[in-house]
Amino acid sequence: MKVKKTSLFNLHQKNGAKFVEFAGYQMPIQYKEGIIEEHKYTRAHSGIFDVSHMGQLFIIGGDDLTKELEKIFPTDLTNLSINKSKYSFLMNDNAGIHDDLIITKVDNGFMIILNAACKENDFKIIEKKLDKKFDLKIREDLSLVALQGPEAKHVLEKIIPQSNNLKFMHGNSFTFEDINIYITRSGYTGEDGFEISIDNSKVESFVEILLKNGSKLIGLGARDTLRLEAGLCLYGHDLNEKISPIEANLKWAISKNRINSSFPGSSIIKKQIDEGVKKIRVGIKPETKVIAREKTKIFDQNDKLIGSVTSGTFGPSVQGPIAMGYVTNDCSSLNTKIYLEVRGKKIPANVCDLPFYKKNYVKGEINVRS
Amino acid sequence: MSEVKFSKEHEWITIDGEVATIGITKHATEMLGDIVFTELPEKGSSVEKDGTAGVVESTKAASDVYTPISGEVVDTNQSIVDDPSKINSDPEGSAWFFKLKIKDKSEIDSLMNRSEYEKFAKESAS
Repeated sequence: MKVKKTSLFNLHQKNGAKFVEFAGYQMPIQYKEGIIEEHKYTRAHSGIFDVSHMGQLFIIGGDDLTKELEKIFPTDLTNLSINKSKYSFLMNDNAGIHDDLIITKVDNGFMIILNAACKENDFKIIEKKLDKKFDLKIREDLSLVALQGPEAKHVLEKIIPQSNNLKFMHGNSFTFEDINIYITRSGYTGEDGFEISIDNSKVESFVEILLKNGSKLIGLGARDTLRLEAGLCLYGHDLNEKISPIEANLKWAISKNRINSSFPGSSIIKKQIDEGVKKIRVGIKPETKVIAREKTKIFDQNDKLIGSVTSGTFGPSVQGPIAMGYVTNDCSSLNTKIYLEVRGKKIPANVCDLPFYKKNYVKGEINVRS
Repeated sequence: MSEVKFSKEHEWITIDGEVATIGITKHATEMLGDIVFTELPEKGSSVEKDGTAGVVESTKAASDVYTPISGEVVDTNQSIVDDPSKINSDPEGSAWFFKLKIKDKSEIDSLMNRSEYEKFAKESAS
C-alpha cells in the first residue's frame, strides 16, 4: 500500500519535521526543537497539529437520519442542537469499541471525526447499518488542523474574528479567503483550542498565517504526551474492540437517556452499569522516575497479576513518569498501591486520579469528567 | 588520555591508564530525541563486552546502553540520572555514563576511530 501524505507534507518538511508512518500516512513525529519543547510550547502558548489523516465523515439527512444514528451510537442525538459536538463510540455487539469519535450536528446532517487507523472500517460498518438510505462520505478534499493552547484563541481570532465566541464542544462555519471553513472548539491536549476543517487547497496558507502569529507546528510525539497528561485515551492502545466504554471509565459519554435504548452492545453496557465491571481503566503514577510503557504488567501487594499498562510515558509538564492501564476492580480505588514490572524489577506506583495535568476549558460544557 | 573510540551500538570510549570512560554518541542522542530517564550500572558490578550496562529512555521509547569492553564499574555519573537532558546537550563531554576498570585492553582494538564511526553512523542512518 502506498503511504499517503497530507496537504501539509511540504510545510512539515520545510519546518524540519522527522516523519513516521502512522495509519498509512507520512506524519511528523517531531520538528527541530523536539517533543519536550513542543509539548511545553503548546501548554504555554499555542501549537498547530496536522490531524488531516483523521476521517471527516459527513452523513446527509434529517430527523430520520438522527433516528438511524441513534441505533448505532449510544448518544442522545435527538436533543443535540445544531453545531454542537458529543464524544461517542462505534461499538460491536459485545460493547467493544471499534472507534472513539466526535459527532457534530451540522446544517444538513452530521459530521463525525474518526481515528485515522479506524476510518475505513468505521465507514464500512456505518454504511452497512444505514443500508444505503443516506448519503455518506469521508471528505478527502478537506484537511483538519488542531490549534491548541492558552494562546490559541488570540491567534485564531486575528484570522477568524468571532471564533473566540465559540463555547467548548460547539462549532460553526466561518469564512477564510472567500472559502467556507468549519471550526469547533475542541481538541485532545487538555488545553483550550480549536479544530479547523478546511479545503486542502487552502490549508497551507492558513497554517502559514497561524505560524506568523506566533504558533508553532507540533508533531505526533508531543500530541501523545499532551493527551496522556490530560488523561485522554488513544485508540488502539487504551481502547480496542475488547474493551467497553464502561471498562474504559468513559461512562459519562453514554447519554443517560439512552442507557435503556437499543444500540450495538447496549445490553452489555446496561449490565456493566448495573453490576459493575471486572477491570477498569485507571491513572497510574509511578513512585520512582522509571517509565512503565505499554504492556507493562501490573501486580498487587501480594504479587498477584492484576492488569497491564496501556499507555506510559514521561509527562513533560508533570515532570515525571505517568501511565494509564487496566486493573481488576478491587485494585482500582484511588491511592491503591500497585507494582509495575519494568526490566525485571517491581516499581511501586499508585492508582491516581485523571487527568495528570489539569487546566480549565472555556466553559460551555465540562466534558472531561462527570 | 587516548584517542576516543566508538562501538557499533553508538557508544564512545576513552582510556586513561587502567580506566575507561564510556558514554553514548551525539548521533545516538539525535536518533533517540529528548532523553527523560537514565539507568546506570551499579558501582562495583562487573560488565561484559557487548552486554547491557544501562538504559536511556526518550519520551517515545526505552533503549539499552551496552558496554563496548568488559570491566568493573568504578564510577557512574549521577548528574545524568538527576537531569537526563544533559545527555542531549553534551553527550560526548560532561554526560559520560560510567567508568570501568579495564579487564582486557585488547578488546579496544576492534572498536572504530572517529572517521570510521562517522561513516558507519551515516550508513546506518540512511
